Amino acid sequence: MDIWFSQMDTENVKTSIRVDKQLFSETSEYQRIDVFESKEFGKMIVLDGEIIFSEADEFIYNEMVVHVPMAVHPHVRNVLIIGGGDGGVARVCTQYPEIETIDVVEPDELFVRVSREFFPETAKGFDDERVKITNVDGLRFLRRCQNQYDLIINDSTDPFGHTEGLFTREFYGKCYRALREDGIMVYQHGSPFYDEDEMAFRAMHRKVYRSFPISRVYQASIPTCPAGYWMFGFASKKYHPLLDFDPKRWNARGIQTWYYTTNLHRGAFMLPKYIEELLEEEENRHE
Amino acid sequence: MDMEKQRSAPVYEALERLRRRRVVPFDVPGHKRGRGNPELVSLLGEKCVGLDVNSMKPLDNLGHPVSVIRQAEELTAEAFGAAHAFLMVNGTTSSVQSMILSVCRAGDKIILPRNVHKSVINALVLCGGIPVYVNAKVNPKIGIAMGVEVEELRRVMDENPDAVAVFINNPTYYGICSNLKKIVEMAHERNMKVLADEAHGTHLYFGDHLPMSGIAAGADMAAVSMHKSGGSLTQSSILLCGESMDTEYVRQIINLTQTTSASYLLLSSLDISRRNLALRGRESFLKVTRMAEYARNEINAIGGYYAYGKELIDGDSVFDYDVTKLSVYTQGIGLTGIEVYDLLRDEYDIQIEFGDIGNILAYISIGDRIQDIERLVGALEDIKHCYQRDSKDLYCGDFIQPKMVMTPQQAFYARKKAVPVGEAAGCICGELVMCYPPGIPILTPGERITEEIIEYILYAKEKGCSLQGTRDAAVAYLDVIA
Repeated sequence: MDIWFSQMDTENVKTSIRVDKQLFSETSEYQRIDVFESKEFGKMIVLDGEIIFSEADEFIYNEMVVHVPMAVHPHVRNVLIIGGGDGGVARVCTQYPEIETIDVVEPDELFVRVSREFFPETAKGFDDERVKITNVDGLRFLRRCQNQYDLIINDSTDPFGHTEGLFTREFYGKCYRALREDGIMVYQHGSPFYDEDEMAFRAMHRKVYRSFPISRVYQASIPTCPAGYWMFGFASKKYHPLLDFDPKRWNARGIQTWYYTTNLHRGAFMLPKYIEELLEEEENRHE
Repeated sequence: MDMEKQRSAPVYEALERLRRRRVVPFDVPGHKRGRGNPELVSLLGEKCVGLDVNSMKPLDNLGHPVSVIRQAEELTAEAFGAAHAFLMVNGTTSSVQSMILSVCRAGDKIILPRNVHKSVINALVLCGGIPVYVNAKVNPKIGIAMGVEVEELRRVMDENPDAVAVFINNPTYYGICSNLKKIVEMAHERNMKVLADEAHGTHLYFGDHLPMSGIAAGADMAAVSMHKSGGSLTQSSILLCGESMDTEYVRQIINLTQTTSASYLLLSSLDISRRNLALRGRESFLKVTRMAEYARNEINAIGGYYAYGKELIDGDSVFDYDVTKLSVYTQGIGLTGIEVYDLLRDEYDIQIEFGDIGNILAYISIGDRIQDIERLVGALEDIKHCYQRDSKDLYCGDFIQPKMVMTPQQAFYARKKAVPVGEAAGCICGELVMCYPPGIPILTPGERITEEIIEYILYAKEKGCSLQGTRDAAVAYLDVIA
């Protein structure tokens, strides 16, 4: 038997993965959720045809959105994760004893249920008593927040799907207000490699750059992402990701990782020329 | 309603049959199923251009329907509870104008509120009817015109017993409904016809929790914008008639101005949308109502904005309120509606229906999802946070009712001259001036221009409203009676 799952990266490019079997398929109020078992990537969760999470490369993503800000901000107590229904980001956060609360805001209950059922290792992040899951729209949750988080991680993936509200100016404005005066927001920035993604990439940086005093972009190599290459945004009210970066303090924690190192932290902010140029163009754009 | 019958869509099915026969076209349109215009095919898709065909025997003819279009019209009439329905392809503008042209001849009086759509005034320019305006109260807090009050209408009817018809918005753009049932009763006692402009009221036919529809209230004709809440393609519409109308005469009136090349894209979209409304409309509009109510509550919780709803109901000037509408008064945060409208589009990538001096209107429909509502609410909150101003210098955008001194037709065809807007006070206007949207005229041909109106026009222009209707594209000059 020969079954392949294909993710359409663009109209003309697809990433195909041989599937051993399909474990789950259902459509929630928000999206179609599929779970596949594959040889190369292990189990994968697919939302509306896009791989959100695979056992083989989830560590890259989860480590990069948590350790990078945690190695910069000196005292994170309250964390908000928007999206994050798989629990992977929450699990990495629980490695930090000084974090007191981890709020996960995931509108799609089914997504959480599927993650718990098929990815118990990852979803065990949800079992930590500091973690609280709320099934509500991220924008709605944020409307009631002010000055109460040190770190917000936007774990939503698709700026064109049901989470598109989490890639808008109003979202960034709300995050800014929900953060304490030295808070940091980390978010998925996508990849500008394919032409049709470039506009969204530019718009995202433009919006965040205008909402936060410090706004930098960093990168990681993630095989299941389109072009195998993914960017993250680091937006901050006070701390600079490199100037306020404290590798000694972070290394003293002795947290075990598979991707992140303090050397890689610096390197991740060194971007290819074409991306630097895109970002600078948006920063200098006058409207 | 016979649900089994409503499952069919005769025009759509005829198009499908035609497609399967693979007929070789030696008729118009000249693009021949798209082959002659590959760029059009790449834009619209093969399926869409393939349906763009001409009237022919198997597809019937809108100007003189005898088969599938007639069946589709009968099904539509049944779905809307009307005696007859016409599928319309020249917009609801054409439905409104056909209503007026059907009942009003040169010199006939027609009673109407002043806050009608421009198509009404233009119909009077065409037919030479004389408008008799019934005063509409303005809600002082939100600056919009309320509905027609029964006693005020009775007074106007008694003063003009020779009027041939009463024209009512059901509801207004903002969702305000008058006591249509009572109005019908009063009009029919006096042998006047009742015409309902339901450009914003398609859904009223599909929901017990919504205000009464024109046909249910006994109106003689109703113009229904299927392409708004009904889900059909832009420019498609329906015209409904009650038992009292001579439908073949109405058809003749429609054919005076209607295209003889009716688009089957529009016709089939009407057919399919009617089927959808008949089968699933009630359920859909309940969902729309829930979304609108949720948005209203959330917006009112932000503070500063006022998203109005059923609390406006006072038994007369607001007899009922259409809860599927989401109209929001914005001056509480010191911004005009048009400013909020522009901010939403330019800064938040949200396009709403319109903004006027005091309000915005977001159109909620069967195509919306709750996450989009969250975006709108979120953006409004952010706008308040980032752009709030002191509101005391704002113009309180009262709806002004000018005085009519000539009929629209006399004024429109009179000898005219152009004068700068600022110097037009005292002149009689020779053309129509409006903000679009909403398309309710500020001035109509034949009305006396006042300082107050000029101030309103200049203010609307300054705040970024799109002013239209004048011969001068920049609206720096007005054509007035020479």
